[in-house]
Amino acid sequence: MENMLSVSDLHVSFRARGGEVQAVRGVSFEVKPGEAVAIVGESGSGKSVTAQSIMRLLASPPSYVKQGSIEFMGRDLLRLSDKEMESVRGKDIGMIFQDPMTSLNPTMTIGRQITEGLIKHQGLSRSAAKARAVELLSLVGIPNPEARYSQYPHSFSGGMRQRAMIAIALSCNPALLIADEPTTALDVTIQAQILNLMKDLQKRLGTSIILITHDLGVVSEVCDRVIVMYAGQVVETGTKEEIFRSPQHPYTRGLIRSMPHLDQPKHEKLIPIPGSPPDMLQPPAGCAFCSRCEHAMEVCLNNDPELLKVGESGQQAKCWLHHPLAKEVQQA
Amino acid sequence: MSERSNTKELTKELFRKLTVRPPADVVLGESVPIWRDVWRRLRSNRAAMAGLVFMIIVVVMAIIGPMISPHDYWTNSLEHTNEPPSGEYWFGTDDLGRDMFSRVWMGARISLIVGLAAAALDLILGVIYGGIMGYVGGRTDEVMNKASEILYAIPYLLVVILLLVVMEPSMWTIILALAVTGWINMSWIVRGQIMQLKNQEYVLAARSMGAGGSRILFRHLIPNTLGPIIVTITLTVPSAIFAEAFLSFLGLGVQSPAASLGTMINDALDSWTIFPWQMMFPAVLISLTMLAFNVFGDGLRDAFDPKTRK
Amino acid sequence: MARYFIGKFVSLLFSLFILATVTFFLMKAIPGDPFTAEKAVPPEILAKLNAFYGLDKPIWQQYITYLQNLLNFDLGMSMRSQYQTVSGIIADSFIYSLQLGLIAVVVSVIIGVALGLLAALYYRKWIDTAAMIVAVLGVSVPSFVVAAFIQEWIGNKLDLLNPAGLNGPADFIMPVIALSALPVAFIARLTRSSMLEVLTADFVKTAKSKGLRQQVIIIRHALRNGIMPVVTYLGPMTANVVTGSVIVEQIFGIPGLGPQFVTSVSNRDYTLIMGITLFYAVILMIARLLTDIAYAFIDPRIELTNRKEAA
Repeated sequence: MENMLSVSDLHVSFRARGGEVQAVRGVSFEVKPGEAVAIVGESGSGKSVTAQSIMRLLASPPSYVKQGSIEFMGRDLLRLSDKEMESVRGKDIGMIFQDPMTSLNPTMTIGRQITEGLIKHQGLSRSAAKARAVELLSLVGIPNPEARYSQYPHSFSGGMRQRAMIAIALSCNPALLIADEPTTALDVTIQAQILNLMKDLQKRLGTSIILITHDLGVVSEVCDRVIVMYAGQVVETGTKEEIFRSPQHPYTRGLIRSMPHLDQPKHEKLIPIPGSPPDMLQPPAGCAFCSRCEHAMEVCLNNDPELLKVGESGQQAKCWLHHPLAKEVQQA
Repeated sequence: MSERSNTKELTKELFRKLTVRPPADVVLGESVPIWRDVWRRLRSNRAAMAGLVFMIIVVVMAIIGPMISPHDYWTNSLEHTNEPPSGEYWFGTDDLGRDMFSRVWMGARISLIVGLAAAALDLILGVIYGGIMGYVGGRTDEVMNKASEILYAIPYLLVVILLLVVMEPSMWTIILALAVTGWINMSWIVRGQIMQLKNQEYVLAARSMGAGGSRILFRHLIPNTLGPIIVTITLTVPSAIFAEAFLSFLGLGVQSPAASLGTMINDALDSWTIFPWQMMFPAVLISLTMLAFNVFGDGLRDAFDPKTRK
Repeated sequence: MARYFIGKFVSLLFSLFILATVTFFLMKAIPGDPFTAEKAVPPEILAKLNAFYGLDKPIWQQYITYLQNLLNFDLGMSMRSQYQTVSGIIADSFIYSLQLGLIAVVVSVIIGVALGLLAALYYRKWIDTAAMIVAVLGVSVPSFVVAAFIQEWIGNKLDLLNPAGLNGPADFIMPVIALSALPVAFIARLTRSSMLEVLTADFVKTAKSKGLRQQVIIIRHALRNGIMPVVTYLGPMTANVVTGSVIVEQIFGIPGLGPQFVTSVSNRDYTLIMGITLFYAVILMIARLLTDIAYAFIDPRIELTNRKEAA
């Protein structure tokens, strides 16, 4: 099937006091229609910057796209005019943010915040937009939508606000929904509800989803495919099953080992990944994970590995361990 | 992709496992003591530094200015009334033939003393009241806070005017009157800071080591609330200077022969188009002094709290 | 909501009561009485005068009478212009001060917000720098200096406007400029810093992600939130305008309340001083109350969080 979104060789940097912070360094990935893709990584891995670059939400300056393209439904988003981009945002791509407490305008009713996009993109009349907004509120599971329509965000709980955000993001039936850590700021019980809602809506509406998260647990709930990012690069991609069953990059393995799971024996400790990510002002010449990697080899010090195909399906890992020579050495 | 690889030939040797883990190349920002950090940010703010330099100049001149002039500030000289600036009278003379240069710096001295003393009294009263509110908390805080809110709603200049109508106007009564009304804002800032800091670990640590309540307050809490307080002081000075000038304008200021900048401007008002120097020097000086304090105070605020942008 | 405002109102009444009490006892604390100040007054006349002003009664009785009169808006007779009531003097002159003050407030808000908004939108560009230079000058140059200078340049040197007096709409221009300088500067700084904060807020990003136009985002989403600190400044601004008007009216020869106040202070006309002080206080408290109401209107959160008065 043809790709709906393909990001290729994206480089995004920030101008900072000490020089250029290279937040995203050559990220490429694709999203197919109806697919749910997770981008996973620790904070600072560049996952959020990647997501916001797709929507062109980053303030410039200080940020700038150094190279690469973001092809969405046949158009390179990076080449669109501001005006053209406005008609993509909210209409073709919707976005949900991390903190529902701050991502809604406190001085505007929930209803108004939903109808804004409808009026702009679908040219609905006020009353038609209102009807649609009420419909959306009940779609995202907000009880009593008529009354909720004219309330302000402060009378909504965190979970309710995130539902309202989803209603805003989905109001114009976008082809793609980007969810940037949508559950991080919520209670665990609410997290599950929101994830179920997203999964459910994805099935019903056929929307593609990019889910940005640092939580592998969230990934397993919703997504088909996983992209693992580290230090501004993609270090591993594969289907959900591949990533969880046979992670091929030492970093991915570390992530999974540091994740608590229920069937874990009581005495087994969670194993954190030692060390901290590299300084993105001067990213290392070799593999960025090298200094934290228990399998580090000489080649890793000065040579940046490529994404290598591992296994029979589409799984790829950016690690020298999968180079034929590494296997030879190990066998010897 | 391959151009990123620095080694051209990949050999088997390169794929041996490293026995020693490579050193992490992470350089975390070295931790700098707060004062040095503040000073570094302040120094990079050119406007604030200019303000600081000007503040120093004004302070120095307020001390030595009246001394270096060949004339004192109080002697009338009827042969030399309303003279323009000259080699003899650097800033000219006023309508009684008094030396404007001496008078201007004398006025600056009074304005500065009023500003600094009012700020100092605000500080003392505010820290005591606000410290108690923030530290004791609970019902005490509620009552004290409500009381301060009620007092704050009383327009302070009106109270100052009333006090000065009743008391003999002088520099000290002005200071007293300004302090009586000015400490509330400071007490709120102290209260807010203390509330924030109260529950932090090191207070607990000091507690568990047996430190008493007052010791915690003065040793641990107050030093940590200093940033916003210093900023408030800096910004109190210009508003006190303005208040003093305003009172002098109403005739409630410093009495003759002493004169504050406000009194001089007021005296010059009727005839300043004929004798512009009588107005210019005090007006420019008071404006520049307030400007310097304001700019420096703003810079200080940014330096203490780099999150709030200038 | 209603309870919130009733609470505010009661608190303000209490402030007013304290001020009235302080005023009363301060005036009583003045050594001597207003009639002995000048030349010797025959004792029988003095007794009559004292009786006329109620000064022969015990002090607590005078205090009660004073409070009762206050409740009836009776501020007594002026002690210098014997045939005029204090309320009458205030009523006659306040009309000018009110016009001037209202114009100054409106002008300050419009220009201040516009200046601050421009500075925030062109953050670190020359517009920003210029606006902030204007703002810091406005905060630093005392209003009487501004008043004296524009009176001289615009009124006398350039002869564009009447240097003094209030005979037509054009005569408002210079006093309004002098009076607005400080509030404009203050509002510009407030607006700028709060807009800078709001423009990077998450909900502005949300608005952008909906595909709204930049202008719509700024006006509909950012400005309404960014303007809140300006609303809280309306109370203190009224105080600034009142203070400033005392001087500005004096300089520009406007027959408002300011010159009356200056005269009453220099004449030691105690009833008039007390009356005008209380009147000013009432105005400022009304302004505070209006500020709170305005705030509640633009901030829907107000009914839940019982907002503490900010410094």
